[in-house]
Amino acid sequence: MISFQTVSLRYGDKQVLDQFTLDIPTDQITCLHGPSGSGKTTLLRILAGLVTPDSGTITGRPQKPAMLFQEDRLLPHFTAAENIAAVLPKSQAAEARIWLDRVGLAQDAALHPGELSGGMCRRVALARALAYGRDFLLLDEPFTGLDMALTEQMAALIRKTGLPALVVTHSLAEIELLGGRLLAVDGPPLRVSNA
Amino acid sequence: MKTSSLLDHKLFRAGIACLFWLGVWQILASAVGIPLLLPSPLAVGQALIHLLGTADFRAATGFSLLGISIGFLAGVVAGSLLAWLTWASRLADAIISPFLRLVRTTPVASFIILALLWLSNRTVPMVIAALMVAPILWSSTKTAIEETDQSLLEMGRVYRFSPWRTVRLIYLPQILPQWTAAAATAMGLAWKSGIAAEVIAQPSPAMGTNLFRAKLHLTTDQLFAWTVLVVILSFLLERLFVLAMHRLGRRYT
Repeated sequence: MISFQTVSLRYGDKQVLDQFTLDIPTDQITCLHGPSGSGKTTLLRILAGLVTPDSGTITGRPQKPAMLFQEDRLLPHFTAAENIAAVLPKSQAAEARIWLDRVGLAQDAALHPGELSGGMCRRVALARALAYGRDFLLLDEPFTGLDMALTEQMAALIRKTGLPALVVTHSLAEIELLGGRLLAVDGPPLRVSNA
Repeated sequence: MKTSSLLDHKLFRAGIACLFWLGVWQILASAVGIPLLLPSPLAVGQALIHLLGTADFRAATGFSLLGISIGFLAGVVAGSLLAWLTWASRLADAIISPFLRLVRTTPVASFIILALLWLSNRTVPMVIAALMVAPILWSSTKTAIEETDQSLLEMGRVYRFSPWRTVRLIYLPQILPQWTAAAATAMGLAWKSGIAAEVIAQPSPAMGTNLFRAKLHLTTDQLFAWTVLVVILSFLLERLFVLAMHRLGRRYT
């Protein structure tokens, strides 16, 4: 269980988290659903180690979480396969092609992000996160730019990994596809309005 | 072939420009009528061909080429390393950056004369070339490091990239184009300052020394011929460098 206990964080004048308390199970997918700017992404960034709260404690933090950012953040000078291999140990670099195959991009392994469509880039970024995923997934709007058929396939792939995840999404349909626990939130400061 | 399609070729356009300026030069030389003041292109061409066959040409060109190239490489390495150092350490930045800015704005002649007081005349061109190159590489490399995409650096942190992997996959691709352009510009400057240092320091044999002697003996055609050689060598080396860098960093450009 990941446990946020009275965590506070302020960005300039904006109080993003104020004595925030939440338990996130590590044996299932948890989906945060709420308005933009409420602080959902901040929660992911804290768990990824990119942001340190001003106060409060977090226990059970995942050791090596994989994160799919809101933007794809692919390395522009490297191919789709190299982008995935970049997060793997050298000895496992060949797995990059297996993951590309799983997201339906086996034929596009040698293409650079600039040569891929938005949806294809999203799938490469997702494949990268899943390939790296050891103990926990942090997924920020994972299906942006994907049509319904691809969203279903990618949601099934995420479920199949069996990894626990914290997912930020605006779509109830996506939560249903992921089979996750819904946490409705609002803010800022972020608070769980209905679990 | 139509004129417009001929003009599409870079080489053809360069040839036209070359012929145009040679024509202007010839007209001016005829108008002046005193070869001592302005020799004709033909006279300079003859002096150049004569120079190419002499042992002095080979020795002087070899010396200048080696010295300035070593100075250039030393400047490139020093400038690049100082860029990383001043970016990584605020203390190093506070100490080193003002010095490099000072070097960039000080007239090269002042450095040459100062260097002559401290060093042998054979090492002065090398040191001057390095001093002129280092601040350019430092400035543009540091700017490129500072402008590296922060979102990719965050991604590297999440995926636990090692420092070497971060440099190779994130920093290097973003820095290399700007670094190559700066190094190519600096190469031209290395030649200009290196030859100027040779003219003042008079190491023998050297292209700058021969330029000065040609002026001293009023052999203006040779003065022009040495200048043409310096320009050609500088141009060829710059092209070679850019070509080599594009090959090395092909995937990043």
